[in-house]
This record gives sequence, C-alpha cells and structure tokens, in this order.
Amino acid sequence: MWRQWIPFWHPGVSPEGGDVDLLFTGLLIASALALGLLFFLLALFCVRYRAGNEVDRENHEAKSWYWEVSWTTASLLCFLGLFVWGASVYFELYRKPLDELTVFVVAKQWMWKVQHPGGQSEINALHMPVNRPIRLVMASQDVIHSFFIPALRLKHDVVPGRYQDLELTARKAGHYHLFCAEYCGTAHSGMTGEIVVMEQAEFANWLTQQAPASPLADEGGALFRQLGCSGCHSAGSKIHAPLLEGIYGSPVPLSDGSTVIADDKYIRDSILLPRSQIAAGYEPLMPSFEGKVTEDQLLRLVLYIKSLGRQP
Amino acid sequence: MTERNYLTADYTLRSWFFTTDHKRIAILYFASLTMFFFIGGAAATAMRIELATPQADLVSDDIYNRLFTMHGIIMVWFFLIPSIPNTLGNFIVPLMIGARDLAFPRLNLLSWYVFMLGGSVTLFAILAGGIDTGWTFYTPFSTLYSNSYVMVAAAGVFIAGFSSILTGLNFIVTIHRLRAPGLTWYRLPLFIWSLYATSVILVLATPVLAITLVLIAVERFFGVGFFDPRIGGDPLLFQHLFWFYSHPAVYIMILPGMGVINELISCFSRKQVFGYKFVAWASLAIAALGFLVWGHHMFVTGQSLLASLVFSFMSFVVAVPSAIKVFNWTATLHKGSLRFDAPMLYALAFIGLFTIGGLTGLFLACLAFDVHATDTYFVVAHFHYIMVGGMVTAYFGGLHYWWPKITGRLYSEYWARAAAILIFLGFNLTFFPQFVLGAEGMPRRYHVYPPEFQVWNVLSSGGATILAAAYLLPLFYLGYSVFFGARAPANPWDAPGLEWQTSSPPPEHNFDVQPVVTRAPYQYSRKFEAQPQNA
Repeated sequence: MWRQWIPFWHPGVSPEGGDVDLLFTGLLIASALALGLLFFLLALFCVRYRAGNEVDRENHEAKSWYWEVSWTTASLLCFLGLFVWGASVYFELYRKPLDELTVFVVAKQWMWKVQHPGGQSEINALHMPVNRPIRLVMASQDVIHSFFIPALRLKHDVVPGRYQDLELTARKAGHYHLFCAEYCGTAHSGMTGEIVVMEQAEFANWLTQQAPASPLADEGGALFRQLGCSGCHSAGSKIHAPLLEGIYGSPVPLSDGSTVIADDKYIRDSILLPRSQIAAGYEPLMPSFEGKVTEDQLLRLVLYIKSLGRQP
Repeated sequence: MTERNYLTADYTLRSWFFTTDHKRIAILYFASLTMFFFIGGAAATAMRIELATPQADLVSDDIYNRLFTMHGIIMVWFFLIPSIPNTLGNFIVPLMIGARDLAFPRLNLLSWYVFMLGGSVTLFAILAGGIDTGWTFYTPFSTLYSNSYVMVAAAGVFIAGFSSILTGLNFIVTIHRLRAPGLTWYRLPLFIWSLYATSVILVLATPVLAITLVLIAVERFFGVGFFDPRIGGDPLLFQHLFWFYSHPAVYIMILPGMGVINELISCFSRKQVFGYKFVAWASLAIAALGFLVWGHHMFVTGQSLLASLVFSFMSFVVAVPSAIKVFNWTATLHKGSLRFDAPMLYALAFIGLFTIGGLTGLFLACLAFDVHATDTYFVVAHFHYIMVGGMVTAYFGGLHYWWPKITGRLYSEYWARAAAILIFLGFNLTFFPQFVLGAEGMPRRYHVYPPEFQVWNVLSSGGATILAAAYLLPLFYLGYSVFFGARAPANPWDAPGLEWQTSSPPPEHNFDVQPVVTRAPYQYSRKFEAQPQNA
C-alpha cells in the first residue's frame, strides 16, 4: 500500500480516507516541488551573486512582463486543480447520509453521549460494525463541540440548536480516537473517547449484551403522552392538529405554499419553534417546547414519530 | 555637544507623553509593544512547558485555557496588528515620503492613548482572573457559559480597535496628501503601498469587530438573542461576523511585513524590486480579496456546501498575489550584488518561512483536507509560520534595518546575525513538528493529550526554549547599542530612500530642506551605488 510510505502517517480507515490521503500526498508533492525550486533559486542566487563575486551581471535591470504573466498563470492553474480535487472529495465526505443504521449523539460539557435506537447508550464511546455505513445524528446540549475521528478523516461541528448528520463507515475493526475539536471550556481536552469498530456479528452480540431499558422510540411514546402531545395529535382529538402517523419522510405542504420533507430537523424544529413552519390547513395553536425538553428527550420524540411512520 | 535631533530636543517626561512628533510616538509604541510581546511570549512559554508531557503537571486546565486565550489576545491585538504599522510605519512613513509628520499628529498621539487604555483594560481582565474563551470569543460559550472576565477583555479589544481605525485613517490621508513634490504614486516605495493597503483594511474591517463585540455584550447583559439558539439566535452568525473582521485582520498582520521585505531585499541586493507594479498592486489585490474568504474558517460547521465551495475557491485565488510577491522577491536577487547583513538574513528567512506558511494555507483551503486538519495543530503551525515566521521576522528585519536611523547608533553585527540564525532555527524546531502533530490528528487547545503525540511535542517545546532565548537576545545588544554603540552615519546601508537622506537620528522637523523627488525608488548605479530619490 502506497500510503504506508508517507512518514508518520497512519492510513485512514474509511472509504474516503484513501481519497483524503491521496489528496494530502498530492498537496505534499506539489509543495515540495514549489519549495524545492524556490530554495534552489534562493541558494543559487545567494552564492552566485554575493557581493564581490565576479560574475556576469550584464542587463541586470532588464525585465520582461512575460515572467509575471507566466508565474501568475502557472500558480493560478495549479491552485485551480487543487481546488477542484479538494472540493470533489469534500462532497463525498459530506454527502447526504442514507437512512440506515442511525445512532444519536448528544454532546455536552464535557462528554459524548451516544444512544443506539434499541436503547443502548454509552458515554465517550461509539461501538459500530465494520464495513457498514452508520448515520450519526448529532445535537449539542450547550456550546459548540466538534466530533472528530482522525482515523476516518472526518470531523463535523456539533452546533447547539440544530441537528447535524454525518455518515461514518470504517473498513477495519479496531479502536480509534474520538476527539472534541472545537474548544468548549474547562475540560475540553478531556472530552475524548473511543470509536470501537467491531466485526458485524460481534457488534450484534454487543447490542444484545447491553441489556437496554427499552427502545428509544418506546420511551419517546411515553414522553409523547406525558408531555401532552397525544392530547391533540391523535385521531380522537377535538383539536384540529395534524396526525403524525406516516408523516416521517413524507412531504408536508406548508401554509406559505412551500413544501418540506418531514425529516429529523423538521420534526425537531416543529417541537421547539412550532410557529416557524405551519402545516397548510392548520391553525398555529401549538405552544413551543423550547426549554421544556432536553436534547435527550427530543431525539426520543423524533424516533417515536419516525416509528409511527413504519406502522402499516 | 550632541547635535540637536528629535531625541535630544527635550528630555522631560512631558515632552514624551504630550509629543505630537510621529518619531517619538513611534518610540512610545515600540516600548509598549515590546512589553506586550514579552507578556504574550511568556504565556506561550508556559504552555510549551506544560505540553512537554501528555499529563497535566504544571498548570490546571482552567489556567491552561486562560494562558492560550491571553497569548492569542495579546499577540493578535496588542502586538501583531499594531507591530509594523505603529512603530516602523509611524517612524518611517513621513520620512519616506518627505513629509514633516503624519497628516494628523494629535490624532496619532490620541491613537497611542486609546491603544494603551485598551491594553490596560485587557491586562486588568487578565490579572483579575483571566479569560477562557480563546481569542476567537466563540458563542454561545463566550456569551452564556464562560465565567471569566469575557466582557472586560472584549471591552479592551473594542477600545484598542479605535486606535487601529485612527492609525489607518491617518496613514491614508498622509499618503494621499503629504507626498513630497515629484513623489508620484509609482515612485512610492513599496512599504508605503503595503501600509496603504493595510490601512484600508484597518478602516473597513475593524468596525465590524466592534459591532460584533457590542452584540456579545447586548446578549450577555440584556438577553437579546443574536447568537444563543435558546433565545432565537444563531451561533454561526457570530463566526461569520467575527471572521469577516478576523480574516482580513490576518492580512493586516502580514501586508506590512511584506512591505518591509521589499525594502530589505532591494537594499541588500543593490537592485530595484523586480516587477514593481505587480508587487504594488498585489498588495491591494490581497486587501480586496481578503474580504471574500472568511467562510474558509467554517468548512466543518455545517454551512452550505455551496458556500464552502465559493470560499475555498476564493481562498485559492487570494494566494495568487502572495505567490506573485515571492516570485518577484526571488527574481530581485538575480544578478544583484548581495550582502548578508542581519536585515538581509531576516528577509531571506521571511521568504522561506512565509512560503511554507502560504503553501500549508493552500492545504487548509483545500476542502477535503481541511475537514481533517482544521482545529488541529496543523492550523496552529500554519498560522504561526505566517504570523511569527512571516510578520515577526519582518518586524525584526525592519527594526534592524532602520535601527541606525531611529537611534542614531550602530548595533553589533555579529550578535545581530547570531540572533537571526538562532530565531530561524528555534522557530522551525518549534513549529515544524506541529504540522506532523496536526496531520496525525492532535486537536489544538488541548491541555492533556494521548501519549503517542509526546515525541513531537517534546521537539516543539525544545524549539520554543531556543526561540524564547533568541527573542531575548536583541533586547541586550540593541539596548547596549543605544548607550554604547558607534554613531550611525545618515545612510549606513547606502540606500536610495528619502528616509536615508536626512541625518540619523533625524531632526524634529525631519528634513532641513524639503526634498524634491526626481526618480523612481530603488535605483542603483552600474557599480551598485545608491541613487537617492531626491538627487
């Protein structure tokens, strides 16, 4: 493998890791060539044209704009090439995740809380199967954090007030560092953890061994009743509120004439800021739950509503 | 009896603290900035000692966070931004353009007082208990979660910003209005062009920083939601506003350094700067394009992919004028008659270090690699190559070059060269290992770190020890020269600029006879003798 020959470099273990490493190598070679040429010329001129050295200095004031145009064009073309290359890999890294195995991450000062849909939860660790893409849905309870796995060449900020999703795939089982990369206060450097990539069968075993309390969606259902959501959003309700069965993933027409897809972000926003996007044909009656539900509870509600969609 | 000059004109304290002479104000700035440089440097030294081992041993996490915040705030706003403009620029600009003073001498003095007020407020915040937000003041951490003296420090930075605006304004008006007869725009030394570009950024960008800091205060004190999502704000709005100032501020910090390098390279190659007009306009191109790249600090925040694409593209484009400059400096050496006095050693070090800093900047402009490298030590290494390897090296080069003019004394060439070489070696040993650390994934602002990163950290800390000692050296031999150095002639380097055509140190009114400029800058005869601009 060519990547093992880069000094001090541990090859990335994600599918895009190879592309990032190749890009890095390209950048290194381009820079080495540019620097090599520059240092060679500097050294050559310093020795050859040192004061007192008798060499030909005729026409030393002669100059031509050809030089300016050539090196400007050459730099611009090289830069454009690197720009296109870097951008194409970036779009791969941040492509929209497929909705497969979803894992929720709540970041707070100073820990990572990871919750699997079956209810298994872990602190400062993320267990995942090898060679199977997982989709992370991340939220922050307080300040900005950043989810960074150097071995996967992936990083994404976790900004409070919104969901961020990210697709992770690991090609090799093992233990990898998880860092918080955005400064978040006192114990920022302690907000680290481990990504444990397991063989798929092993991962299935691990999930069953974790003895979860109950699946997150079920807990979300309990919350849905406890918070009084079911009082309006149910078939027998006297209040004219949209039914949520089957809504997840489907288009919702809004009162302003536009349409949105009811994804995690839309459901989260509708709980916290119900009046920002009103479904067409309904009165803006719903109170905001801003400050009344934690990120942990929110993701359970989202999962519950999602589970309604799967029922026939 | 000593000759009457701006230093010997009056010895009272009053004559210093109420002076309107640009040369004396430059000295006031020089003394203040030297103090801030060593305060910021002490914080860096403490951090490097702490990082020699993976565990926390010297300081606690809260103290460490205060150290890097203090280092950043002091170095950015109280050393780098004012460094070359307010010391060398203040002293040299009127001399270079054949003027008696800046356009607004009293405004110049006010700008120093405002600067000192801002500096004192910031120092008070540090002494009272410190700030732990990092120099970037990211929200909502700074507005809601930090229990440190955020608003006091922000007030200090806010106040110091007005000093920047006043200085920028003063330079712009001076360069437009006070040029000597015959000194057309294309006869201006390139140092003037680069300070002009810098001043434009100072005047246009600094108000945005002031507005941003005011918004933080309004949110913190009155609970109006600008940045906090719980009250309807957007944390990323702060980053947009902050970097809209702070990325152009990076060019405030490097353009004056580039300006100095033109003067040094030309004088010690005994040749005019290659491609004068390209270098001049490259400065203005950098100033203009620098306003369009701020989003490259936000590639992993979840901003739209299209925005990232545009900002990445513009970041590559802004690198072109910098590349043009490096090529032109190198071409200037060709067929020159090179002397390697201390200022030239600094200039050559600048070209090498700035180029490494610039090239690694392209790594970070490259979207996919930035996802991996942003917020790691790769970024720390990159911007220190620009800010310290570039700007501080240029500052030292310029200081040595104009020292005989400023003080009227010659320093020890032997010690000056030794310090230049030691700074170069110490710098590379400190910061090159940080590229490796970043590429391996070590995040920045980490107080403790996994043991596998230790080797590179030890190298970096060792380099920092050398660098700290090397930065202290000039304090001694330059200080010594002020009292015991040989008297400097008017033009010790045999340079053609107007500032060298008056005595060293200059008289209070700069020129006994108003100089009239008759030729382009940087002219040398076939025997490499300077041809003064006014002869």
